[in-house]
Amino acid sequence: MAVSRTHPVLIAGKYLALLGYLSFALFPLYWLLKIALTPDQLVYSEGTSLWPSSVTLSNFSEVLFQTDFLSYFGNSLTVSLGTAALTTLIAAGAGYAFSRFHFAGKRLLIVVMLVTQMFPLLMIIAPIYKIISSLGMLNSLTSLIVVYTAFNIPFATFLMQSFFDGIPKDLEEAAMMDGCSRFQALRKVVFPLTLPGLGATLGFVFTAAWSELLFALMLISKNDAMTFPVGLLTFVSKFSVDWGQMMAAGVLALVPSCLFFIFIQRYLVQGLTSGAVKG
Amino acid sequence: MSRIELNNVMKRYGSVEVLRDINLDIQDGEFIVLVGPSGCGKSTLLRMIAGLEPISGGDFLIDGERMNDLRPRERDIAMVFQSYALYPHMDVARNMGFSMEIRKDPVAERKSRVEAAAKTLGLSALKDRLPRALSGGQRQRVAMGRAIIREPRAFLFDEPLSNLDAALRVEMRLEIARMHQRLGATMIYVTHDQVEALTLADRIVVLNGGDIQQVGTPLDLYERPANKFVAQFIGSPTMNILPTSSQPTGLGLPNGGHLAVPAGSQIQQVSELGVRPEHIDIVTTDDGDLTGVADVVERLGSDTNIYVQVDGVGSVLVRRSGNLSVKTGDRLGLHLQRDSIHLFNSGGTRLVHGTV
Ligand SMILES: Nc1ncnc2c1ncn2[C@@H]1O[C@H](COP(=O)(O)OP(=O)(O)O)[C@@H](O)[C@H]1O
Ligand SMILES: [Mg+2]
Repeated sequence: MAVSRTHPVLIAGKYLALLGYLSFALFPLYWLLKIALTPDQLVYSEGTSLWPSSVTLSNFSEVLFQTDFLSYFGNSLTVSLGTAALTTLIAAGAGYAFSRFHFAGKRLLIVVMLVTQMFPLLMIIAPIYKIISSLGMLNSLTSLIVVYTAFNIPFATFLMQSFFDGIPKDLEEAAMMDGCSRFQALRKVVFPLTLPGLGATLGFVFTAAWSELLFALMLISKNDAMTFPVGLLTFVSKFSVDWGQMMAAGVLALVPSCLFFIFIQRYLVQGLTSGAVKG
Repeated sequence: MSRIELNNVMKRYGSVEVLRDINLDIQDGEFIVLVGPSGCGKSTLLRMIAGLEPISGGDFLIDGERMNDLRPRERDIAMVFQSYALYPHMDVARNMGFSMEIRKDPVAERKSRVEAAAKTLGLSALKDRLPRALSGGQRQRVAMGRAIIREPRAFLFDEPLSNLDAALRVEMRLEIARMHQRLGATMIYVTHDQVEALTLADRIVVLNGGDIQQVGTPLDLYERPANKFVAQFIGSPTMNILPTSSQPTGLGLPNGGHLAVPAGSQIQQVSELGVRPEHIDIVTTDDGDLTGVADVVERLGSDTNIYVQVDGVGSVLVRRSGNLSVKTGDRLGLHLQRDSIHLFNSGGTRLVHGTV
């Protein structure tokens, strides 16, 4: 890489732009945290100041111990982990097949998968409701996992396919020459090299399922099966909104996403296949 | 022991035949080079032997045992890929020992064999490195080490040197020749580089467009090419081809000249004459079979290449050893060495002839 000399004003401009973007993107998160820490009686009087005159953790303790938050949280965790695992498993298999094999109907299958991505969700929500209710699966977490998995598979499959495409076919063939069966080659050579791809796919699907509201709202009406985004709405009562608790719940809901990304980010490191071929 | 036989082997992709009627009998310990222009089917043939590509027809035998339907791991053949195909997540030692790891050989034996192979290949200091931290030549050595370690029945190489720079290529070529001498194993080596073919092979198989053109020792192919394709493919610089006509007493040259030919030759069918650049002498214009003007003179130190614009023919390349005093623009006579002339009919097949 050639190092080009850049005018200091340009550099300053660049950082200013980055700073502008970051504050724009992170401000809502800051506001979330701020309101969560603001005592109830100050929310309306000091609502627009950047930092309240006193802070409290009572919103958090109330959310945790006096509401159904933990139940919502557990439900969301079940649904998101289930969806992420199931989707990634299926997408990895499908993506591998798309990447490595030629078979009749492959193009058609790809087109159909793309078509499913073209409709606005609002159009299909009624039919989905009808299907799930006739199956007697309303108010169950399983129905959410099934629906989320179905809707995430196309994108996840293309994502996984692109990761498999990036792994040279020669590597599998070399492994087979070295005595592996196709499955052993997959397990010992391809799988370790696909970890970044699996991590990215897991993370993507997990986040999507974690924050999904529309289907959860339609398919779940019983309190004990509510996921977190639906449960959040219970903080809105007929006469008031409990801002402090709602924001505290929001902050807590961010924790698993953050943990998940911290956990998978080491698999997201690029360049794991470099050095395999040529150079 | 590993004698490899291919009987009427063919390969089809859909309705396209990419290899036809391949017949080869490779002796135990032989070094066979498959050579031919890009796209002629060399890699396909090698991959069929490896078991990575199904065989569409014919039989492939090792020591008399039919291999067509066996999977790669049941054939016990090692292959060095053009891309090296090193496992990027394993260090050098594990890359080399991977086949033994899969075979569940004792760890101690694996270690000692990796050690020994690393030593012969000069990789001892690099055993803990990942492939991405190696140079091209080092990766090439690891790929060879991985093949050696398992002591397979045969080795396959698919253009193993084509990603290396010229100096390294010569060095690794030597390395492969030594490896063959040391192991005495059957090796099949694919290349499009005829210099590699001539220097390494016990026998060369020349392929073109999915057909075997000729099988023979390097000298066979050089001295007695079966047809014009082989004649032009083998040997560097390329053989000169001149249009020729048959005359009652010999050959008519395009400049009106005449070459006497002994009786009994298939002279009636001749349509072209081939002569290698190193088989043309420079003589005075009066004594030459052909005359022309030196167009470009390349001085290589050991040799001089002279491109001569021959009257009525076009450009003819002459190669003489040593540093000649010929200059651009000189008028030269060219004498074709009679016992090194090749005659071809209109279909390109070489004609049998006595000394011209
Ligand atoms: N999977 C395939 N499908 C169709 N044609 C193929 C396939 N693989 C190779 N070919 C064709 O087979 C011919 C031989 O290819 P290859 O063996 O790779 O040539 P080489 O190694 O001699 O350059 C080429 O014309 C190529 O286009
Ligand atoms: Mg090839």
